[in-house]
Amino acid sequence: MVFAPLVQGVINRTKAIAAGRVGQPLLQTYHDLWKLLRKGAVYSETTTWIFRAGPVVGLASMICAVALLPFGGYPAFVPFVGDLIVVAYLLALARFFTVLAALDTGSSFEAMGASREVTFSALAEPALFLGLAALAQQTESLSLTPMLASISTGTWMRAAPALGLTIAGLGVVFLAENARIPVDDPTTHLELTMIHEVMVLDHSGPDFAMIQYAAALKMWLLGTVIVAIAVPWHSGNPLLDGSSAIAGMLGVAVVTGIIESSLARLQLLRITQLLIAATVLSGLALALVQR
Amino acid sequence: MSALVIALLSFAVGAIGALVFANHGRWPTFFGVGGVLIGCLCGIIPAVGVVLGEPSQSLRMAWNIPYGSFSLGLDPLSGFFLIPVFLLCALAAIYGADYLEAYRGRKALAPPWFFFNLLVASMVIVLLARNGVLFLMAWEMMALSSFFLVTFEDEKESTRQAGWIYLIASHIGTAFLLVLFILLGRASGSLDFDRFAASSGAGLLFVLALVGFGTKAGFIPLHVWLPEAHPAAPSHVSAVMSGVMIKTGIYGLVRVMMLLGAPQAWWGWVLCGIGLTSGVIGVLLALAQHDLKRLLAYHSVENIGIIALGLGVGTLGLRAGLPAVAVIGFAGALLHVLNHALFKGLLFLAAGNVLHSAHTREIDHLGGLLRRMPRTGGIFLIGAAAITGLPPLNGFISEFLIYLASFKGALSLDAAGSVPMLATIAGLALIGGLAAACFTKAFGIVFLGQPRSEHAQQAHEVGLAMVLPGFVLAAACILIGLLGANVVSSMTPLISEVTGMSAAIVSTSLSTAANSVSFVSITGGALVGIASLLALGRAIALSNRSVSTNVTWDCGYAEPSRRMQYTASSFAQPLTDTFYLLLQTRRVLSAPRGFFPKDASLATETPDPYQEHIFQPLFRAIGRDLLLLRPLQQGKVQLYVLYIAVALLVLLLWQLA
Repeated sequence: MVFAPLVQGVINRTKAIAAGRVGQPLLQTYHDLWKLLRKGAVYSETTTWIFRAGPVVGLASMICAVALLPFGGYPAFVPFVGDLIVVAYLLALARFFTVLAALDTGSSFEAMGASREVTFSALAEPALFLGLAALAQQTESLSLTPMLASISTGTWMRAAPALGLTIAGLGVVFLAENARIPVDDPTTHLELTMIHEVMVLDHSGPDFAMIQYAAALKMWLLGTVIVAIAVPWHSGNPLLDGSSAIAGMLGVAVVTGIIESSLARLQLLRITQLLIAATVLSGLALALVQR
Repeated sequence: MSALVIALLSFAVGAIGALVFANHGRWPTFFGVGGVLIGCLCGIIPAVGVVLGEPSQSLRMAWNIPYGSFSLGLDPLSGFFLIPVFLLCALAAIYGADYLEAYRGRKALAPPWFFFNLLVASMVIVLLARNGVLFLMAWEMMALSSFFLVTFEDEKESTRQAGWIYLIASHIGTAFLLVLFILLGRASGSLDFDRFAASSGAGLLFVLALVGFGTKAGFIPLHVWLPEAHPAAPSHVSAVMSGVMIKTGIYGLVRVMMLLGAPQAWWGWVLCGIGLTSGVIGVLLALAQHDLKRLLAYHSVENIGIIALGLGVGTLGLRAGLPAVAVIGFAGALLHVLNHALFKGLLFLAAGNVLHSAHTREIDHLGGLLRRMPRTGGIFLIGAAAITGLPPLNGFISEFLIYLASFKGALSLDAAGSVPMLATIAGLALIGGLAAACFTKAFGIVFLGQPRSEHAQQAHEVGLAMVLPGFVLAAACILIGLLGANVVSSMTPLISEVTGMSAAIVSTSLSTAANSVSFVSITGGALVGIASLLALGRAIALSNRSVSTNVTWDCGYAEPSRRMQYTASSFAQPLTDTFYLLLQTRRVLSAPRGFFPKDASLATETPDPYQEHIFQPLFRAIGRDLLLLRPLQQGKVQLYVLYIAVALLVLLLWQLA
């Protein structure tokens, strides 16, 4: 959880290098969070307690979701059968409150972002669940900890195409959920490209810090699943596995940075097609693991 | 059983009392509410008892009707459906007492209380009846009493129209049930449920039950009456109809499936298919609506779809001999019946408060109501989160069970067998995402932002009697969310009866599910704890810093007109465009022209595509053909006497031949 904001730093550095710039320090996100935490806050006159509840619920759900997820050799705090469903719905809970907080301001800009957010996340949801179902069938487990731990080099030997498709499907979900190019542009909120960034336009100070940190955790969360599939080596030593997982996560960050640098943002209508394609990819992965 | 009979008597006293004292001021309300309250209090005790494992009871009395017998029975299945009936009806009656006061002087209040008591009594008899004739009579009484409640505001053309659609739809459904019961009773020569024997044509009987009960439950495309009748009815009646009355359709389906014996695999496929279409199309149509109560009505279609998905998964598990899948699937479906009654009742009552105080159901005319109606807004939020299936509330628990059953089924079945399971998983995920979109829209546009009209501007919080029932329902939603594990394990007798498996097997499967559910509740508790800590931390951090309020920044557009806020239609537009094929949303656009455009407007409308393209043309054609019979009606008495004579003659000849 401590490393989560670092991932954004790596993405930004990768993008800067690709663009020929020096770029901001790797630890910039930490600086930002610290700065925001020390500031006061401005609230809109239109808003109610929903606006203040949004960041709190968002961050709390992300913390709970991360606690349900294993990392490297470390198991989740409370692994149980069906925890993957709970994780997906905790993301939904966070989104629900972020969207309501955006609507609470009465601003058309934020409502527009909220509208797009619910559209794309509704379409990303089947892709996520089918991807998880493919993993569940592959590993015959319904709990994230044993599920992700049992993906080994042997699994890859057996079912490389299915795992590859699952990564592709979940990769699109990763980009969409974390507001990355080609779905959303994390660097701007003023053009008509806006989705996530514009929803949080009116938050300030500690509230905004919570939102930023929750976003970092969300990226960490979905990244963890992808890394666990893509890095199937297990040494049995938690420390070693943990560091290989962190290395994998940084790899994901670099790949994301490269994708962001090499692609333009898609037209809004095309995004639906991209997300449906992700669902199809996950569905194909499922078809491949059927006996 | 005696408590239930007392309950029925209490409803009768309430109904008749309301009529007898019709012209005595507040007495009809007193009798109406009192009858329902006393009856529900008496009834709920044995209902809860039998669900928790007390022995089943029955009562049989002679009845002077061919094939009829007044036989009632209380078993876990009946009891489980009775609990929400008693709970929600009692709360709705308390609510209705205040709600209908607004009509005093303009409308007679005795008839609605008469019919309300009749509706509750008929639902109870439907759930208890163990004889086909009694069941159908109660079923008919339920349809008629709710018809009169729907048409309460009969001075409105739209209400009368809604009433007719409802009456016709429910009778078409009953026609199928009539055939079903005749076929069921043909073998044994009796219409008593316990003498029905599983006959050879089980498939046909299943289809008849599906259509007949599906019309009441609201399976697509038989749902067309729901979005008409629910908005037209007074809000406490909508809550009862949507929360519990349509569930009698699910009850009937489950009951008949039990009577039919071992299910066939295609039943499960059909149920999953119906569940998927009802769920996805229901929520999409809801998303496209501008009328708050119509939106909620379409959500009932969606939730009935979720229930059908659970039933389908359970049936497939039963067929494939997978006890865990069957038990958890049925448990999820039935728990969702209870949950939906709680949060849908809550939402309709809250919507009633909005209508009562802002005088409009038009979502795009509302806004900013959370500040003006904080209590109503709070309970609506809980209902919205629960119906979206968000943890840690009750809706998530039942959806979680259905997911769990489908995942387990997909793991243990072969490729072909796991197709409906995987479709259920993907479908539930999509439904969940779309429901989130729909309820962020409903809550966000109605309660947040700034008022979009004068009506909304002047809205005020309603009286205590109209929010208290909502508080009780909201508390129930939270409690089931946090005590889900206890609820799930207490369903053993019920699931054992429905699946026909031994209590030991059922309780093993349920306890594994309950174990997961307990972790869900722990996560939910942790979530609430962490959120409170974060809020506390923020409060401490901000305590000695500058905290100011200002207008919404809005990228520099300080204080634009309130009408410039995003509307519900624009919020839903990306999704309605994506699913245009299923929705056929119409747009009427008069674009701005010239250098100084004066008026431009855009109106969107999503009528029910099934109503538009299937039922309207069909009924219009039938109506046209029936005109051919018109010459028979000449209005002359002699002619009618002749018809009677001819009919008698034909009957005589037929009897002789």
